[in-house]
Amino acid sequence: MRVVFLIPTPLRPFADGRSRIEIDVAKDPPALGDALEALWESAPGVRDRVVTEQGEVRPHVNVFIGTESSRWTGGLATPIADGAEIAIFPAISGGVC
Amino acid sequence: MKTVRLLVGTTKGVFFLRASAARTAWEVEGPHLAGRAIYSLAHDGRAGRQRVWAGAASMHWGAVLVPTDDWGRTWDEPQEANVKFPADSGLALKQIWQIAPGRADEPDTLHCGVDPAALFRTSDGGKTWEVVRGLLDHPHRERWQPGGGGLCLHTIVSDPANAERMWIAISSGGVYRTTDGGRTWTARNAGIRAEFMPEKYPEFGQCVHKIVQHPSRAGRLFAQNHWGLYRSDDAGDSWQDIARGVPSDFGFAMTIHPHEPDTVYIIPIESDMVRVPPDGKLRVYRTRNAGRSWEALTRGLPQRGAYDIVLRDALTTDSLEAAGIYFGTRNGRLYASKDSGGSWRLAIDGLPSITCVRAVVVDDRKPARRPAPRRAARR
Repeated sequence: MRVVFLIPTPLRPFADGRSRIEIDVAKDPPALGDALEALWESAPGVRDRVVTEQGEVRPHVNVFIGTESSRWTGGLATPIADGAEIAIFPAISGGVC
Repeated sequence: MKTVRLLVGTTKGVFFLRASAARTAWEVEGPHLAGRAIYSLAHDGRAGRQRVWAGAASMHWGAVLVPTDDWGRTWDEPQEANVKFPADSGLALKQIWQIAPGRADEPDTLHCGVDPAALFRTSDGGKTWEVVRGLLDHPHRERWQPGGGGLCLHTIVSDPANAERMWIAISSGGVYRTTDGGRTWTARNAGIRAEFMPEKYPEFGQCVHKIVQHPSRAGRLFAQNHWGLYRSDDAGDSWQDIARGVPSDFGFAMTIHPHEPDTVYIIPIESDMVRVPPDGKLRVYRTRNAGRSWEALTRGLPQRGAYDIVLRDALTTDSLEAAGIYFGTRNGRLYASKDSGGSWRLAIDGLPSITCVRAVVVDDRKPARRPAPRRAARR
């Protein structure tokens, strides 16, 4: 099964400049965590910017599946459908300048 | 020709300032690593290097150590994060508070101190970093308490004469010392007051903001505490109150003169609840007799309506014979003295909030040894 990751501009230096990465996910059916693991194999530098060393999505990073934030759909356990578009976004993080 | 370079960390990146040894005019360039908070900078001039390390933290993408060997023209951004807690710790890196190159005879050894409080070490010049287990697994850890800046290990003091001995300071945990190269650590806070706890002199838990040591006197330490100024003459086994003649013994910044081991500088803050200069006067205080008395250094500094405060690593010295003293403020001003603090000039105004300052004297005639390139994203 295949998913598409959209990589934000600040992380493209860690993804060979790519804005869009198509990944085959071996596990079927996969969860978001499985898809991200597949992404890390392709772009390990992206991993350390998106998740902590304990594997948790950083507090000021949002991962959307389609238009839904994974924070509200089960986090890394969120089921992923074939062809899903997964977008990594820096959060608003207002209030601190 | 000798030049003085100031490495200035801010909440929005790194700035480099440069002046001749006369230190009359400063050229500024930056920001480097723009947008990231730089709470730690270090220059490593050992083994022919001219390397600057920055602890760069992005609110979004986490914290990494980033070196440059050409004063910021290129930064060796690590592909994978280079400072990471082991999985079994359950901890995740928040901030890098201190970078400390090791002794001259260990040119590939550096340490860094981080939030949550831990010490990391590299012995291959920064290619790989490992947590110091003896401190990570310390039984006191569960009772250390974070301060406003987090639970930070912000101070690393090596013993220039004994590779096995080192001191670190944690807010809030206090001073710890190892005498076996980091395998075991002992709290060394006897005499340091913990104003914010019911027991005023606990074994540990103090909020020691900074400790300094002169390399010629490894067993003597000075401490700026969260309320309190102290000196230890027995390598931290006991501490004596030396806060006589200062308007407040609350503050963060402390540094020591490069050539005079009894000369120490601090910048007092009114109180923990009112973090501004006492009486609206921005004053550096200097002792030249190891804390028996202090004098205010005010010439050239604002003495009315001053609200600049100085963080723990934003006060430093250069190594010239007529020592330069420098400090940067939360309001983005950098002051410089070229006569050991006797007079001050505003070197630059309008920087982002300054978090740390380091000074380096560079002989520009000597070419730096360029290291072999590593796999990294260049920015």
